[in-house]
Amino acid sequence: MTAKAGARVVTITSGKGGVGKTTTTANLGIALARLGKKVVVMDADIGLRNLDIVMGLENRIVYDLVDVIEGRCQLRQAMIKHKQFPELYLIPAAQTRDKTAISPSDMVSITDKLRPEFDFIIIDCPAGIERGFRNAIAAADEVLIVTNPEVSAVRDADRIIGLLEANNKGPGKLILNRMKGDMVKKGEMLSPDDVTDILSIKLIGIVPEDENVIPASNSGVPVALNENSKAGIAFRNIARRLCGEEVPLMPVQDTSGGFLQRLSRLFGGN
Amino acid sequence: MTGFFERLFGTGGNKGSGAAARERLQFILVHDRINLPPEQLQAMKAEILAVISRYVSVNSEQVDIALQQRDRDSLLVAEIPFTKAIDTDEARQRMADPEKTDNNMDDA
Ligand SMILES: Nc1ncnc2c1ncn2[C@@H]1O[C@H](COP(=O)(O)OP(=O)(O)OP(=O)(O)O)[C@@H](O)[C@H]1O
Ligand SMILES: [Mg+2]
Repeated sequence: MTAKAGARVVTITSGKGGVGKTTTTANLGIALARLGKKVVVMDADIGLRNLDIVMGLENRIVYDLVDVIEGRCQLRQAMIKHKQFPELYLIPAAQTRDKTAISPSDMVSITDKLRPEFDFIIIDCPAGIERGFRNAIAAADEVLIVTNPEVSAVRDADRIIGLLEANNKGPGKLILNRMKGDMVKKGEMLSPDDVTDILSIKLIGIVPEDENVIPASNSGVPVALNENSKAGIAFRNIARRLCGEEVPLMPVQDTSGGFLQRLSRLFGGN
Repeated sequence: MTGFFERLFGTGGNKGSGAAARERLQFILVHDRINLPPEQLQAMKAEILAVISRYVSVNSEQVDIALQQRDRDSLLVAEIPFTKAIDTDEARQRMADPEKTDNNMDDA
């Protein structure tokens, strides 16, 4: 692939549903904006609009992606500016339509219009391997595959990697989400090494299971804005890696409390 | 009971369900990637062995035909030891007239 000028288009996909694509898209958008990048996050999950809620922007939607494609508004009119970051925009999905309302070439032409003005375009892909997936990867320069350390999620990730290769979009990089360091230590969970060995692709980040994530979605303020959240730190590190910075991976044991926490557990604490 | 230090330093204990997950995944993905279910793979191996046995005598206890993964590519790797074929009529003929056996190979 010869790179197009302007923004890099990064698609967040997974195969399996519910593994954290929307959470990742929202947090990478915020984290890249915090690094001073000009960013558009785009919800390609037509009919199951989510990204607006996770980012706290649902009340400001007038037009959506399908309105742009069908010519009911200008692209600019469907772009919602983030409250805190004036160079971060959301393009919401349509809630009342389905995936057939857009085509892969629509995605290419919309992203091509955005490229000159932005640094990153992050696309939230729907679950599955059907039309919605093909729409979401059509314009991608890079693909990040989100998975959880579970057999079914990793299996689906493998299928996605195969499809990406077949479409010349591969191999992509892996985000291992909802990792529980204490379970890995007990041997009750696939480790990051297990998953990367089996999938044979590069890891761009490990995001721990973090109880800050759900409250963050509840309030529409992604964890990347929370200085103390482990998941927030992990997402900010992934954003820095995307920008080419060398940031070491967080050791797995640190994802579930450090030495002192283990010490206190050992002596009956929690 | 795991040792005090093992729990303190967070090491040890790797025979839990994580290992089972890893094994199951490897098995599942081998078949997913070539789109061939386990029974059909077994049938294919049996056929390969049958074909080879028509030409040479094979030590079937030591046969190992397995799918392997190299990065993201799948390959079928076969180790098929032949039983030593000395003193048979065929072997004697082969030694007497090597050219003829070459031709036989082409005909096969
Ligand atoms: N690291 C994490 N720690 C705790 N909870 C998480 C984490 N990541 C995601 N979640 C929770 O998991 C659920 C699913 O996440 P999300 O909606 O991002 O997944 P998705 O892949 O976009 O799902 P879908 O396939 O339905 O679009 C949400 O409730 C989210 O808050
Ligand atoms: Mg989603």
